[in-house]
Formats: sequence, C-alpha cells, structure tokens
Amino acid sequence: MITKDVIIIGGGPAGLCAAKMLSDQDVSVLLVDRDHHLGGQLVKQTHKFFGSEKQYAKNRGFEIADILIKDIINKPNIEVLLGATVAGLYKDHVMTVVKDEKYYKYKAKAFIIATGASEKSLAFENNDLPGIYGAGAIQTLMNAYGIVPEEEVLMVGSGNIGLIVSYQLLQAGVKVKGIVEAAPYVGGYKVHASKLKRLGVPFYMQHTVKRAIGSDHLEAVEIVRLTDDFQEVDSDTKIIETKALCIAVGLSPLSQLLGMMEVDMKYVKELGGLVPVLNNLNQTSNPNLFACGDVGGIEEASSAMMEGYIAGLGVLKHLERPHPKHDELLHMYHHELELLRNSAYGEKTLAGLKKLRGGPYAE
Amino acid sequence: MRIKTHPILSFPDKLDVPFYFEGQLMMGKEGDMIAFALHDNGIKTLSKSLKLHRPRGFYCGIGNCSQCKMRVDDVDNVRTCITPLKANMRIEIQKDKGGIK
Repeated sequence: MITKDVIIIGGGPAGLCAAKMLSDQDVSVLLVDRDHHLGGQLVKQTHKFFGSEKQYAKNRGFEIADILIKDIINKPNIEVLLGATVAGLYKDHVMTVVKDEKYYKYKAKAFIIATGASEKSLAFENNDLPGIYGAGAIQTLMNAYGIVPEEEVLMVGSGNIGLIVSYQLLQAGVKVKGIVEAAPYVGGYKVHASKLKRLGVPFYMQHTVKRAIGSDHLEAVEIVRLTDDFQEVDSDTKIIETKALCIAVGLSPLSQLLGMMEVDMKYVKELGGLVPVLNNLNQTSNPNLFACGDVGGIEEASSAMMEGYIAGLGVLKHLERPHPKHDELLHMYHHELELLRNSAYGEKTLAGLKKLRGGPYAE
Repeated sequence: MRIKTHPILSFPDKLDVPFYFEGQLMMGKEGDMIAFALHDNGIKTLSKSLKLHRPRGFYCGIGNCSQCKMRVDDVDNVRTCITPLKANMRIEIQKDKGGIK
C-alpha cells in the first residue's frame, strides 16, 4: 500500500489544473491516467479556444495541454502514473490500480475525480457495424496519430463537436458527405456552420439515421426526415454511400467511480446525465471526495480548467493546509466560470446547475 | 493511409515495426495504438459480439467502449485503442470472452 495526501484521477484539463493548484504546496500528490500521455482529450483539439487568458484562450487545444503539462511535470510533490487504469475506489480511502498487468493499492486522505466523459451513441439498426465511430475516435485517429479515417465521412450532429470535427476532416483531406441534424437549427456556433456551408458541405436538417447498411463493414447510411416533433417520415428517406459514419451527439459524464463511493448524485439532462452534487469547493457529499471537469457536467475544457483549480483549493482547505491566497483565488476562478457560463452557449449549463445545486444557481 | 500534409499539425517520424495480425505480417509505427495501426493496414473489424458474433470496430478510441478488446501476445481483452504497438506483437481477434491465464 502506497500512501499519498491527494490522488487525482484523470490527467485532462481539470486534473492537470487541480495538480497545478497543489504543486508547491505541502501535500504529496499522485496524478493517475489510463492513457500513456497527459492532457486528456486536449491533445487532439486543433482549434483555438475561447475565453480569457486564464483559460489560455486563442491557443489551440494541444498547445494548452503542453502548457499545463509543463507546469506540473517536474514538481517534487507530484508523482505521475500513466498507462494506469483505476479499477476501484473504496470507502476506506483505498484505490486499486491496474498497470502493466499488475495490481496496485494506494491510500489517500482526499481524492479528486477528474475522469471526464464518454461519447454517447445513437440507436438505429446496425449501429454496431465497423465504420461507425464516435467523433472523438475520429479526432484521435487523425489529429493525434495522423491516420486518415476514410476518404469520405458522414457526420451526425451539428453541435460544436460535429462542426469542428467536420472542419478538421476537411483539413485532413477527407470529404465530408454531409451533416445530419435532428433539430431544425444548427446546434453549435453559427460561424463554424457557415464556414462548412461555404466549403460545400451539405446540411441535412431535421433528419436522423434510420439504419446503417453493410454486412462486415459500413457501406451506406439511410437517413430519414423528422417532423417538428421528431417523428420519422417513413416516405422521405435518402441513402448516402459512405464507409464512415461519425456520431457527434454529445457526451455523458464518466461518473462510475463516484458511484462506487455512493456520493449524492442526480440525473440532470442538461449536464449530460448522472452527476455528483457539488458545493462551491467542488466537494461531493463525501468530504474527502472532490470532482471537477466533465464528470460533474458536460462543458468546455475552459470551464474544466477553472473547476480543476477550484477543486485544488477545496482539497487544500479540507486538509487544513489552505492555499495562502485561498479566498482571492476562489473568488477569481468562480468569477471566470461565471463569465464562461454567461455566454450564449452556457445557458444549458446554468439551467442544469440550477436543477442540480439550487443555492446560488437557483436565482 | 497517413495524412501527408496538414495546415496545422505535423506528425513526427516514428520507427516502422513488424507485427502479426491473425498470423499475417504487417507493418506499423512503434508507439501508435494497436487499433490505429490495424486501421492504417485496412483492418476495421477488431472483435466479434459474444452471442451473435457480429463484427465490431473501435467506437470511442480512448478506452471506454470495449469494442476494441483483442488478444495481444496471448493476453485476452487488451484494449487495443490505448495499448501501444511494439515490434513483433501477435494480435488476434478473440473467439470468446477470454479469461485470465
């Protein structure tokens, strides 16, 4: 059994910022990630981020990852464990980890859960055929590894992920056969959608996927028109030939570890699913357990970073070794979060947080 | 196929290494995840569903979905999308749910 003051699970934007807040403080920290690199999903983001300089706005995602990693990587109080999958979290503060086919036990006074999210799927006939990918998988393949997914891709979902990944496909030399969207309006930023329209990408508004066609691999996709109340119009379908279908219909929080600790959780549609109830220090109903980033509700990497700092401050306070500038920093990061969430696209998050937390979010 | 030119990204050269998929010799880049090395070789079916044996490819590419679990050097249920390729690895599609040896 190895003992630490704080264990952070997940080395994406939230986990890295939590680690950064704990660096140079009088606590021993372990940062665990199942991947072989830090940075989480930032490493495959090639677009420039919005926000303020506190979120490294105007930098590309992979550049932000590099900045955050450099800030924590050689800190004497932070140990980084990569290629390590957390298998369990127990009420006596024990965490079990599998790495290189070996099983390790750790103990900590406090945990920060920053496990992020997983991609949602979509229900339709043959939706398990090879050739059907989550948008993140396509991004990983082409942006992190430089491999062309297929010559042509059909996208489902016109939220920011669907739009951004479509543009990134074009940058990688892949033809985007179209973007299928169930709603009558584009979900993401209009500026991204206009750019794609100018580049000749067709938008199939008020359509969804009816079925995938193919035996061993995807060959074509049948899409169907939807009415204003999302009913399929069986007489209005189209067959689009494609070897790849990219599903960008949202994310859901990876909150299983929190479930193992039986903290208070609620299902909040606007936040992506089952999420922990958190206080203003990002502390769960178990005082030794903190959560930050997408695991507490789907947002942007920018807000995940702010939450990471807040969780770091929270842990330090909980361990009775508060950060010398606790009040000032806490106020600043909450203010930054407020600015991010008060933009046009933070409406959903605000509505979700109001349902989840009440308190300051309930008007 | 690899991306040759990209307006933003550059991809560092990696060492070419041989590996075996179902006994067949293939080439991949050392350190690429196994599932992606297979994709680059045109292999899209990585597993079969347990009951109906339907073909499955990777869905999430980051270790969540379990559709890429394969037998690697006689170890079952390796998530090949988060396991780096090494020279001479033997990679196979599992015929069953596998086990611990």
